[in-house]
Amino acid sequence: MADVPHPLTRRRFGATMRRDAWWLQPALVFVLLSSFIVYATWAAFQGAHYTFGPYLSPFYSPELFGSSPHAWFGPKPAWWPRWLVFSPALLILPFPGLFRVTCYYYRGAYYKAFWADPPACSVGEPRARYRGEASFPLIVQNIHRYFLYIALFFLVVLLSDVWKALWFFDSATGRATFGIGVGTLVLAVNVVLLGGYTLGCHSMRHVIGGYLDRLSGRPVRRRLYACSSCLNRAHMRWAWCSLFSVAFADLYIRLCSMGVWTDWRIL
Amino acid sequence: MTDTLKPDLAETGAVEETEPPRPHAEPQGSATFRVWRGDRSGGRFVDYRTAVSPGMVVLDAVHQIQAEQANDLAVRWNCKAGKCGSCSAEVNGQPKLMCMTRLSELPLDQPVTVEPMRSFPPIKDLVTDVSWNFRVKTRIAPFTPRPPDAPDGTWRIAQSDVDRVQEFRKCIECFLCQDVCHVLRDHHLHEEFIGPRFLVYVAALEMHPLDTGDRVEALRRAHGIGYCNITKCCTKVCPEHITITDNAIIPLKERVVDQFFDPLGKLLKVFSRREQP
Ligand code: SF4
Ligand code: SF4
Ligand code: FES
Repeated sequence: MADVPHPLTRRRFGATMRRDAWWLQPALVFVLLSSFIVYATWAAFQGAHYTFGPYLSPFYSPELFGSSPHAWFGPKPAWWPRWLVFSPALLILPFPGLFRVTCYYYRGAYYKAFWADPPACSVGEPRARYRGEASFPLIVQNIHRYFLYIALFFLVVLLSDVWKALWFFDSATGRATFGIGVGTLVLAVNVVLLGGYTLGCHSMRHVIGGYLDRLSGRPVRRRLYACSSCLNRAHMRWAWCSLFSVAFADLYIRLCSMGVWTDWRIL
Repeated sequence: MTDTLKPDLAETGAVEETEPPRPHAEPQGSATFRVWRGDRSGGRFVDYRTAVSPGMVVLDAVHQIQAEQANDLAVRWNCKAGKCGSCSAEVNGQPKLMCMTRLSELPLDQPVTVEPMRSFPPIKDLVTDVSWNFRVKTRIAPFTPRPPDAPDGTWRIAQSDVDRVQEFRKCIECFLCQDVCHVLRDHHLHEEFIGPRFLVYVAALEMHPLDTGDRVEALRRAHGIGYCNITKCCTKVCPEHITITDNAIIPLKERVVDQFFDPLGKLLKVFSRREQP
């Protein structure tokens, strides 16, 4: 069916009649996301300075194998290939990473900022060919909800890390005593922000109730759907704030462990 | 006039009811309008200088130019109240309803460009041929209600269940979202992709508590929902503030995932109580 009778013209890359600084937002996204990726990759490969007192960096949690007391299954496994540097973060960081990569918000943002598809709304694109998420490779984005399930598990783990960050080892008595340090707050704020991000995920909103056309007569589901929808409205803000907080939490623990920063005890 | 929605149509909290931005002073004196003049064979921008006064919108200026300087300037309009969806065009490169774009929102020290929508073929000047949209609509499976609930042929629905689709029914078919969507605008995939307006339309049917139709397979194949890469440009231009991407397209994409890309979820549903969608 020749639906569009007249050949439309394509504008060249960057061509637009827009007068505003349309490039600003994608440029900002590009800089911020790239900085995060560079920092997170560097931090993940360090394999050191990821704990301080009762704190464990969120990049390294859960620590499946490792040398710190937080490790679930003991030290570095024997089967780890010799040619590959070992860092507990390498085992787990891909999962939250892929959760963000497949996130509906980030997808829209990085398609613009990293792939110029489009560079910004109503601005000409560099490539004529386009397949979107209709076929391979980007059709794989559809498995986002599986990463959501993993992210929910991570959320529980990070919550337990906050609990552990409330118990400081007292060398005088040899016992753990209750306390709150600035690091405890950093980890707690991080979990709240990650929670707002994860629980407001579009896939969460769908599986929790959005797939139903009728929620009347199901008070619990209705409530859950309303809560998730409410978080979802600010999904972009949760996404950015939790991205900063997770990197900052790692940095905080790293610098404390290196002796650059002092972790102040509040309680 | 404020740009607010009827409260019964606004999904609580979903729509930000804001005054239109007014970064510039009310217009005074005169301003230049750079209007696209042409037809299917091509065209060019022509500058018109005309008097401007407080409260004016772009459509007023275009009408004034038409009355005083260019009697043959073609422009489509009807209600002048942002409700008929006829006066869609691109003002300074942004898809807009001309009747709802105040001159006080625009920098008048430079020429204001006014051009037709770019996703549809031009007919003359600011008028485009949007008939493709009407043909697309006929391809979407129509509303199919379940059998009536009462002997008198009527249905019972909870208000809370229809609230979700009310938002989508605010659409005035201005096609600004179709215009800005790069899948149509830059890639011209009109054959493969129905565009945001009709994804909103499918959402209104598919999520309706009475509807029994199934459009999920069509969404994936004939309607090409996978072409949307969630850039949210459509949401940004919608004059009815419909949350097109977050509330219509993404939930529909998730329904496509249910059917085609979630084997685990399908398995779970076999073992659990079959839920009525
Ligand atoms: S979000 Fe999807 S439908 Fe909307 S403009 Fe972007 S690609 Fe088009
Ligand atoms: S969804 Fe919004 S932008 Fe698109 S046609 Fe309807 S009113 Fe216009
Ligand atoms: S959509 Fe953003 S996390 Fe799922």
